[in-house]
Amino acid sequence: MTDTIDVIDHLVGISAGSPADALRDRRPITKEHAQKSWTALFEPVDASQVSLADRFAVAVFVTALHGDQGIAEFYGKTLADLENGVVLLSSVKALADLHATKGPYGHYPDGPLSAENTDGAILAIGAADRAILGDRLAAALEHAHLLTFHPRDASPEELQKLLDAGWSTTGVVTLSQLVSFLAFQIRVVAGLRVLAAA
Amino acid sequence: MSDTVIEPAVENPPVVFTQNKIGWTAWLQPLAEAELTDRHYEALVDKARAKSAYFALLVRDPDILEARTKTDNDIFYNTKDGLPRAERELAATAASRLNGCILCASVHSRFASQYSKREADVQKLLDEGVDADLGERWNAIVSASVALSATPPVFGAEHAKRLRDAGLSSEEISDVVHGAAFFNWANRLMLSIGEPTPAT
Repeated sequence: MTDTIDVIDHLVGISAGSPADALRDRRPITKEHAQKSWTALFEPVDASQVSLADRFAVAVFVTALHGDQGIAEFYGKTLADLENGVVLLSSVKALADLHATKGPYGHYPDGPLSAENTDGAILAIGAADRAILGDRLAAALEHAHLLTFHPRDASPEELQKLLDAGWSTTGVVTLSQLVSFLAFQIRVVAGLRVLAAA
Repeated sequence: MSDTVIEPAVENPPVVFTQNKIGWTAWLQPLAEAELTDRHYEALVDKARAKSAYFALLVRDPDILEARTKTDNDIFYNTKDGLPRAERELAATAASRLNGCILCASVHSRFASQYSKREADVQKLLDEGVDADLGERWNAIVSASVALSATPPVFGAEHAKRLRDAGLSSEEISDVVHGAAFFNWANRLMLSIGEPTPAT
């Protein structure tokens, strides 16, 4: 798929020769490596630590939490074609609808910045959804919700929950990159949509 | 056997936003230099990064680290045209201030000061937060970065217009967008796999 399309161009709806196309072509290295980042995460050479289904399920969740239905559908199409994908897609979308909120919120280390602490929702996936998703993916979605909305609440205890659910250290690194990359991709797309419409 | 986290007992951790140099320690085991292959070094891009706990941890997945680093370097260092480096760093600092990444803000506020020579204004952003009054051009850049960094992002035509009115071209606005967007990637990584430590 990525032999033929640039994912950010596709998500923005950039056509060849348009002003937005010229803006992207002006920074060919950024464009090339944003695409290579996508390929590294979503067409991985080694999926042993994070399965393709987990990658696309987390992507649907994160993009839907950002309220971007167009991007969520893009990831959802691939998820639906993977094993058990239709069931996962429906569960993940329903969870995102229920738990979308506004960020960033969270807590600072104790000190003067404590005055800026703001509370917000903390996702804890219930037993019924957990039975569909499995403990590994459920833990990944809980962590993805934290990284999306309240990253400053991260802690070693939060990472231990992932390890306890069966994630490896390397798997946590890839998962963290994937959620964080999506935060980037969604915002490049959001910004370019505004510039493309101008 | 399953992996375990590292729980560092950091004494006197940084608890305010600062332009001073501070450190960082990982919550997961970085790769030791003896474990690094040629592929790892290639993915680090800059070999000296093997000595950084942050990059030595991220290099566990070399393909995404290499692509991330090359994206980062082009967005911030490719200044033969477009937005001045100081203002790319300002966008990065504003995103980091909003998301609450003390380490990212320290590094990039220092760059913003170095390239703009406006250390007092940069400090005002750190001290007062993203609503600090820094003059219209900088206010427009901070406001755009903050709108894009909100989750979900609320960057709209009004932000682009304000930047245009402040004198930025479409190309420069695109540089603001990329600088702010990239720090929504960087902040989340830096905040979630380790924590800041005092200057060494």
